[in-house]
Amino acid sequence: MTFVKIDQKKWAEGVSALKKGYQVFGPVKEGKDHEFRKLSGDQMPEMDYGNTRLSPKAAIYPQSEVMFTYTTDERKDDHHILKEPERDETPKAVIGIRPCDAFSFLLVKKNFDTPEYKDPFWLRAYDATTFVGYGCDDPCSSCFCTSAGSGPFDEKGLDVLLVDHEDGYLAKVLTEKGKALTEKAGWTQAFDAGQAEKVFGEKAATAEGKFESQISTDRLADIPSMDLYDAPFWEDIAFSCINCGTCTYLCPTCWCFDIQDECRGCDGVRMRNWDSCMSSLFTLHGSGHNPRGDKVSRVRQRFMHKLKYYVDKYGDGIQCVGCGRCVRKCPVNIDIRKVCEMMNQYDPEAQNECACPTT
Amino acid sequence: MQEYTDKIRQIARRLLEEGTVDMVIGFRKGSMPIMNEPCMVRRPQDVDQLVWDSNCGINLANYLTDRKEKIGVVAKGCDSRNIVTHIIENKIDRDQLHIIGVPCGAMIDKRKIASLVEGEITDVTETEAGKVIVKGEGFEKSFDKAEVLQENCAICIHRNPVVHDEMVAEPVEEQTDVDRYADIREIEAMSDAERKAFFDDLYKECIRCYACRNACPLCYCPTCFVDESRPQWVGKGQNENDIRTFHFLRAYHCAGRCTDCGACERACPVGIKVRMLTKKLEKDCKELFDWEAGISLENRPPLDAYRPNDPDEFIK
Repeated sequence: MTFVKIDQKKWAEGVSALKKGYQVFGPVKEGKDHEFRKLSGDQMPEMDYGNTRLSPKAAIYPQSEVMFTYTTDERKDDHHILKEPERDETPKAVIGIRPCDAFSFLLVKKNFDTPEYKDPFWLRAYDATTFVGYGCDDPCSSCFCTSAGSGPFDEKGLDVLLVDHEDGYLAKVLTEKGKALTEKAGWTQAFDAGQAEKVFGEKAATAEGKFESQISTDRLADIPSMDLYDAPFWEDIAFSCINCGTCTYLCPTCWCFDIQDECRGCDGVRMRNWDSCMSSLFTLHGSGHNPRGDKVSRVRQRFMHKLKYYVDKYGDGIQCVGCGRCVRKCPVNIDIRKVCEMMNQYDPEAQNECACPTT
Repeated sequence: MQEYTDKIRQIARRLLEEGTVDMVIGFRKGSMPIMNEPCMVRRPQDVDQLVWDSNCGINLANYLTDRKEKIGVVAKGCDSRNIVTHIIENKIDRDQLHIIGVPCGAMIDKRKIASLVEGEITDVTETEAGKVIVKGEGFEKSFDKAEVLQENCAICIHRNPVVHDEMVAEPVEEQTDVDRYADIREIEAMSDAERKAFFDDLYKECIRCYACRNACPLCYCPTCFVDESRPQWVGKGQNENDIRTFHFLRAYHCAGRCTDCGACERACPVGIKVRMLTKKLEKDCKELFDWEAGISLENRPPLDAYRPNDPDEFIK
């Protein structure tokens, strides 16, 4: 573990240098909000931001991604054969990612990288990416990462962690990938480790003290799935939901996709697009049967997946990093913090005393 | 606003106690500033969660579609017009509804407020004197409510419910001196290239979450054309033509039915001005047919009716 000091001049030079060896992604202000974009030309990451509107998951896992191409032109020898398209194999660097978002890739990895199945598209992109985090001095009032397995200066999933320091940044180099990136950027001015640890520790403590929002997850694993599934509160929680895809598309940990073949003329692509369990199409069978044909079952699925099935399957916390995006952007103000509280507090034995308005 | 809230609770309690309705649909206080959440109340003891203030912009007609119960529904002007449309289009029976009419004081726009302050908003309150107080870390600002209205509310000419079973207050004065279509005329005056550029820019951030469609009370098709797979009308990726096709066709499907309630725009997570298309069609319906949607239970929307004495030759 080493620490380096980066002043403003070195920062700008470093980002430019990185563009010669990496596809560099960073936060860019668009309108009122920031989004992660691939930085072009002399574009710099705009670091004065809370968090991006959409999560940075698209840097690894685009909303719409071509998996294969094909032709239906039978005059060609390779007609009806799927071929991999040319891809830009240049390594990626995601700069300025918040620790909660970086942690989310580790959660998503559990799904895309298993002993039985490895998603080549996601893994190829993930393995080629270096994550340069940026500590979060001013968490939003709706952020709850500290009770969702992460924190404003959490290092999990990161290769480098930056914090504001004097007129620039202090960087904690966490991995070999991080070391390669900082060397490529010319960020090599060593900083005393003892002093740096103190700066990082103080900043983390100050930021953690600012959190207004917390969730409790301690009982989720112990309450039987079927009891939670049959709990009386789902109709009330789901009532306002309009089944749009906002929560799932903004979420850094939602990983579901749909595969489509689309052909224009004779040229076709097999693509995958983000999908959403909020859509009734998500589970519609070819027979016409839909196991989650109504809104209540779809809303329940989203929360049960994140806060119960995932917990049971991996035994390593919830499938949520507490970034708060779904809370801030839900058009009807469905709040995962409230839902998590109801699930975590649920006592199947006390059913008769339940005050839920479903009787 | 507290009088409205008290009256809504009082009416809801009575309706539920008398058994006039099985449920009351209204709003409860949200967990975020400038947000309330639609909710249903089934028991008299739960009516105290109901609230009314300037954050009730979601259109509650959307929550009535195909329901079978007897329902008390809280309705401001635009909700009531969409309830009328729902009744005309057989999505709910008039007899199933007890409409609790709310003379609307206009809704405030969270995006507009966010654009007027720096930093995160933690609390927004309204004073009786028509001020909106916005608080955040290290700032407190006061605005005239008129400065921070949702755009559709600022130009609304039907704030009072057009249909109701009882009202929570006396009607408010309707606005008469508003120019509803200034922005649409600007788009109409553009050259083709300018207009193309305008729409390219308008939809460039769309993530196809369909929040606009799903927040709209008019969008109740069992399967929307964008979700059809046999045949598939529209591509599923982020192709810009597919994105525009969705928005254009949806708007046309709402022609003569849209009440400009603003639910689409309010719901959009990336702030697209979805109303720019629906309002153009609303303007056309007004100019061509002297038609405003959802005003009366007696007349069907112009694109949904045929008259033998239609003055246009082409249709005969």
